[in-house]
Amino acid sequence: MLTLEGATVRFGPRAVLDAVDLEVADHEIVCVLGPSGSGKSTLLRAVAGLQALDAGRVLLAGADQAGVPTHRRGVGLMFQDHQLFPQRDVAGNVAFGPRMHGVPKEERAARVEELLDLVGLPGAGRRSVAALSGGEQQRVALARALAPRPRLLMLDEPLGQLDRGLRERLVVELRALFGRLGTTVLAVTHDQGEAFALADRVVVMRDGRIVRSGTPVDVWRRPGTEFVARFLGFENVVPATVSGAVADTPWGRIPVPDGSPQGERTLLVRPAGVRVTDDGLSCRVESRTFRGHRVTVVLRPADGPPLEAELPLREVPEVDAEVTVAFGAEEVVVLDGA
Amino acid sequence: MRRDPKGSAARLGLMVLPVAFFAVFFAWPVVSIVERGLRPDGVWDPGAIGATLGRSDILGVLGFTVWQAAASTGLTLLVALPGAYVFARFDFPGKGVLRAVVTVPFVLPTVLVGTAFLALVGRGGFTDGLWGLRLDTTVWAILLAHVFFNYAVVVRTVGGLWAQLDPRQEEAARVLGASRWTAWRSVTLPALVPAVSAAALMVFLFTFTSFGVVQILGGDAYTTLEAEIYRQTARLLDLRTAAVLTLVQFVAVGAILAVHARTVRRRETALRLVSPERTARRPRGVGQWALLGGVLASVAVLILLPLGVLVERSFATPEGYGLRYYRALGSLDEAGTFLVPPLEAVGNSLRYAVAATAIAVVIGGLAAAALTRRAGRLVRGFDALLMLPLGVSAVTVGFGFLITLDEPPFDLRASWILVPLAQALVGVPFVVRTMLPVLRAVDQRLREAAAVLGASPWRAWREVDLPLVRRALLIAAGFAFAVSLGEFGATVFIARPDNPTLPVAVARLLGRPGELNYGQAMALSTILMVVCAVSLLLLERLRSDRTTGEF
Repeated sequence: MLTLEGATVRFGPRAVLDAVDLEVADHEIVCVLGPSGSGKSTLLRAVAGLQALDAGRVLLAGADQAGVPTHRRGVGLMFQDHQLFPQRDVAGNVAFGPRMHGVPKEERAARVEELLDLVGLPGAGRRSVAALSGGEQQRVALARALAPRPRLLMLDEPLGQLDRGLRERLVVELRALFGRLGTTVLAVTHDQGEAFALADRVVVMRDGRIVRSGTPVDVWRRPGTEFVARFLGFENVVPATVSGAVADTPWGRIPVPDGSPQGERTLLVRPAGVRVTDDGLSCRVESRTFRGHRVTVVLRPADGPPLEAELPLREVPEVDAEVTVAFGAEEVVVLDGA
Repeated sequence: MRRDPKGSAARLGLMVLPVAFFAVFFAWPVVSIVERGLRPDGVWDPGAIGATLGRSDILGVLGFTVWQAAASTGLTLLVALPGAYVFARFDFPGKGVLRAVVTVPFVLPTVLVGTAFLALVGRGGFTDGLWGLRLDTTVWAILLAHVFFNYAVVVRTVGGLWAQLDPRQEEAARVLGASRWTAWRSVTLPALVPAVSAAALMVFLFTFTSFGVVQILGGDAYTTLEAEIYRQTARLLDLRTAAVLTLVQFVAVGAILAVHARTVRRRETALRLVSPERTARRPRGVGQWALLGGVLASVAVLILLPLGVLVERSFATPEGYGLRYYRALGSLDEAGTFLVPPLEAVGNSLRYAVAATAIAVVIGGLAAAALTRRAGRLVRGFDALLMLPLGVSAVTVGFGFLITLDEPPFDLRASWILVPLAQALVGVPFVVRTMLPVLRAVDQRLREAAAVLGASPWRAWREVDLPLVRRALLIAAGFAFAVSLGEFGATVFIARPDNPTLPVAVARLLGRPGELNYGQAMALSTILMVVCAVSLLLLERLRSDRTTGEF
């Protein structure tokens, strides 16, 4: 459906998009993940034709979009802060797209009804958009974006402004909805939870470049680089010298999976791979954070950086207690490069 | 709403001085004039209204007043809306300077504007010399001068809002399938309509009451209501007709102001506003550069050219360029146009303006302080009262001063203070409008915090309010200063022949035949322009976008 070839956008000397190549297949949901300022929003604007490319091409269904104005590209874009039209009511907002495409009035009204039902706001057509809650605005924005039946739907931080509980529920709803409609989706977000729950494929961006691409499970298991690992929220990243099945680290010798790359590397130890044992690295317990039935514990070893461990409730030590920990090779990942 | 008897007593106290000021120096003179016209022999004669309005010459004046105001408003919008767009959405070098340049005309005296256009399109003027084209015998000269004058009103009011409209609203429409034009029409235009109508009403109001410009460019052929009131009072001494016309103008202006107030209230609907810095881009593509070029060209032709020609004419003597006209300003002429050398008008104008500014700032500041807390009907009525001097014929006020302030307890006819008092009356609305938004923006809780920390109300005002409003106060003073420098309608009546102000002296010079008088008028106008430009530059220095009022 969508192909980007060497897409480049410069703001002055800075490349906001730096030769980006990306493919989105029909019916695929791709989530672009990256910290703010990594060029995610610019990527969407370039595809929509709201931002001119300095180099490269955007193709939709194989056709080069250079010179095609935004309103003829047949893509939908849901803006970060929704951008609902304040002077129109809910129905007026949702009907806007079909109206622009010359859909007759009765058909438009039916489409509005259908979409408001779909997003869970039946009968809300006459309401003023200013009177909607954040979650309702988000649903109206979605209905409005879907109304003209775009061949590619783009979402810019779709759930960014909502509170956590609502966000988690809506992500599941969205995923089910897009699956049912067969919509092709390109979304950008800085929230890993959102990206992994929504996407068939996750693309990680940094400074205008794509640094990792893969299925959520794949990226989660093998982040590939220290940047991606840290961006995913992992703190236990240290330099290491790998030889055979063992790595030398500031935390001592740590076992690594078979077939790991050798030499000077960076090592990721997932918190689940740190276990309290009778013998091993001795640490003082610095703090504890409770997350349901598991607890994240920050440990301060005598040498090296602090260490995060994820422990079951029944094994949690007191703050300031002295414990010894060992590492499980299956939760250790050798990353590329230093 | 909390009831606070002590607070409302304090507010009433603040209102005493402004109310008294308005009663003595505005209501009394205006009412006296109207009474004298409608009750000539101690008997009310309401039939005079119908009789006067039935006269065909008066109907002609009324028709022309409305027509030229509507035409001026339409023409101003046509020329200034592209300018508003360019200032709102484009980023280009020299934008700040250009913004200051287009603001200059608004505070320039009407007489000066009239003179500049006379130099541009009048007899022996710039276009006359170049192509033999004269417009001073047509209505176009008046209309163009009105556009010149009100360009800034539209650019400030509409452009200010336009710059804050989120461009992504239009982008949202574009992604939904709207073309560039459709997106603008269906998203931006509806958001702009209230601001455009507010600006249009303001322009209509200013041009409806136009006096100085019409006086100089209209000749006998074109007369507005205000100019007719002047003619009836000063030349024909027909107070009855003048009184009726004053009432008509009063009603019309009241209606315009009421519609304007409603439009402004509606303006603050749920629009998505963002910081103006985020919305301006460098122009892209041929179309946008052409638009920018067109706007720059229209500013050059409409605003810079008349002022430039004015300056040029002031040096262009028959013997070539020289300072002859300026030198002549320093001495008395044989014809007895003045009792003093015209140059003394500079000192008079500055002295009057300083006094008028002081009065306007005190009265307007007190009024604004009283109006700070939105409250009952009484206070709202007071608010409307303050706007009235903008609309009531300045000529009427001036003439009213002459007939009411000539006996005890206010025997001021011989006093120089009469002129600043009349000028301050016109300056007060500007002071109030500039101060009020800023005063209202001061959070009451800041004062409460100061009180809890041990500050008396006066002390709290000095420590909390004053630092925040100081800038607005300076801007308001600048406005009042510019307004009184340019005031013409009232001053022309009450300025004594031995103490003319600059606009009065210019008008008097233009009223005399002969090339020397014409050249001196140009020279004196140039001096007036320099004085205004210097005060405006100081004003623009102090101005920050956060503290802009409605003007």
